[in-house]
Amino acid sequence: MNDAAAPATIKTTYREAMKAAIRAALRSDPRAFLMGEDVGRYGGCYAVTKGLLAEFGPERIRDTPLSESAFVGAGIGAALGGMRPIVEIMTVNFSLLALDQIVNNAATLLHMSGGQFNVPLVIRMATGAGRQLAAQHSHSLEGWYAHIPGIKVLAPATLEDARGMLATALADPNPVLIFEHVMLYNMEGELAADAGAVDIDKAAIRRPGRDVTLIAYGGTLFKTLAAAEALAKDGIEAEVIDLRSLRPLDSATIVGSVSRTRRAVVVDEGWKTGSLSAEVTAQIMEHAFWSLDAPVARVCSAEVPIPYPRHLEQAALPQPEAIAAAARATLGR
Amino acid sequence: MTAATKPHLSRAHLAELLRQMVRIRRFEEKCVELYQSEKIRGFLHVYIGEEAVAVGALQALTPEDAVVATYREHGHALARGLPMTTVMAEMYGKSEGCSRGRGGSMHIFDAATRFYGGNAIVGGGLPLAVGLGLADKMQGRPHVTACFFGEGAVAEGEFHESMNLAALWQLPVLFVCENNLYAMGTALKLSESETDIHLKAQSYRIPSEAVDGMDVVAVEAAARRAVEAIRAGQGPYFLECRTYRFRAHSMFDAELYRDKAEVEEWKKHGPILRFGTWLRETGILHEADVQAIEVEAAAEVDAAVAFAEAGTWEPVEDLTKHVYREAAR
Repeated sequence: MNDAAAPATIKTTYREAMKAAIRAALRSDPRAFLMGEDVGRYGGCYAVTKGLLAEFGPERIRDTPLSESAFVGAGIGAALGGMRPIVEIMTVNFSLLALDQIVNNAATLLHMSGGQFNVPLVIRMATGAGRQLAAQHSHSLEGWYAHIPGIKVLAPATLEDARGMLATALADPNPVLIFEHVMLYNMEGELAADAGAVDIDKAAIRRPGRDVTLIAYGGTLFKTLAAAEALAKDGIEAEVIDLRSLRPLDSATIVGSVSRTRRAVVVDEGWKTGSLSAEVTAQIMEHAFWSLDAPVARVCSAEVPIPYPRHLEQAALPQPEAIAAAARATLGR
Repeated sequence: MTAATKPHLSRAHLAELLRQMVRIRRFEEKCVELYQSEKIRGFLHVYIGEEAVAVGALQALTPEDAVVATYREHGHALARGLPMTTVMAEMYGKSEGCSRGRGGSMHIFDAATRFYGGNAIVGGGLPLAVGLGLADKMQGRPHVTACFFGEGAVAEGEFHESMNLAALWQLPVLFVCENNLYAMGTALKLSESETDIHLKAQSYRIPSEAVDGMDVVAVEAAARRAVEAIRAGQGPYFLECRTYRFRAHSMFDAELYRDKAEVEEWKKHGPILRFGTWLRETGILHEADVQAIEVEAAAEVDAAVAFAEAGTWEPVEDLTKHVYREAAR
């Protein structure tokens, strides 16, 4: 092995990769700033922004009052005024208090103004369950946002995407929402020392396979990869797609894969009814129906507000065993 | 108040104030007609009776300042300097409209005059104004953002969140509450525990005044005081302009919630009637001057209608335009 030729990597976490992305954005663009609840002195609810206040000062790392609608709306206004705001909302559940600003303003201003006023804004928020935070801090509502024309919705699941999506989102002239699954923050791994911007409109094939396509994003990606490992032991080669962008959806990658494998399982921590998984399934029906050898399967959260006790919380969420079982069922096994 | 910020009560300026109010009034009267003849559809909310607020307040702004208004914003757009032609074309939904027809009556936008709508969610424009003020402050620009909203917005959480944030961060925002006493059909006294609205701003430590919103000179004077304080770095300022809507809330409103006698009483104090009468009685303007303003406004409205009529419908093939802006390459 030639060490000199190998790209230099650093050991890091998803949290640190996200922080590095914010730091790089603030260093490279004087218009960029971060605001949200407890992002400064407290260091961020999930500690993503810890230390940034000391580095950039209170003008650019702004602690806000508990006023989701006002500070998200202020982010929209600041973007209209020439800034490049990064707004952090503690969790997707709290973002509902800012739904008016996101859906009625950020998503519509370009259109209502006949193309005059774009909103170059990034909103980051935590999503998902797994920390026993019960029914007001654990939901996966990113699929709701993916319903809305005028915004882009990202779900970074890997260190590369945690490090690389923010820069591209900030360079985008449109409002971009970034959903960070709470169970990913502590994820450790190797990241290229020179990791930088990545695309934000393509799905990625995280594991190639020929027998069945498993489609996941965000917090369910690694559960799905674990399921693929288990399937491989049974001689089933599953292809795993990481959607990465929930809006726009990369239909071409989904349809291309399913057309090859002829079977699909959609994994989504959102509920099944009226969900993103339903949209992915519908797109497969619309574009790959004649390639299918089995009905499309879905593994989603149980139709219940996320409960507090660990055993019930885990029972409510998609798990590798259920994903593998759904994949086997598409193969009649 | 310094001499520089005092309303300059020259004959020419006073005539201009009257001219602005008259052209807004005649424009909207024509819009009501055009609604009845189905040239204008959707919701149409006219500002008739309230013209002194927009005309007075906007005198205090420079072209570099910004404006955020509501769905009752035709008057603000015209007073801000948008051409009446493109505003009328927008009312029609024609592609020559100021928002290319995509918005209509409730969503007038114009980058050239920094006119940020046309916001039809009550209270939803206030956070935008706070953010525009934040951008100006962070970039060291001496601009002011004027944010107009009705007294109905005061009941919204976004009002209180925005007051707090603007005051906390000392942002250069002029909040102008157009208190016309009715939130659609609900009277102020039926919707607010404290009906003296400017006191609410004071509770956020924002300097505030209640102003006679039927008196264009009083509104201008207050707005100039406010803008002077804002530009001096003293943070936001709040004006409660007490006014009255002479017409229905929208074209679908049967006005069951107020007495005709109340409306007639307010009309006696209408901003155009009162100011025009005063100008004639004091001899500042003569009847012929007022007539000339009317003739000019009528011609401008006619030209605007002709422009809108001659406008084109955006091709259906363009339907999904303006949803996302293409990234710069």
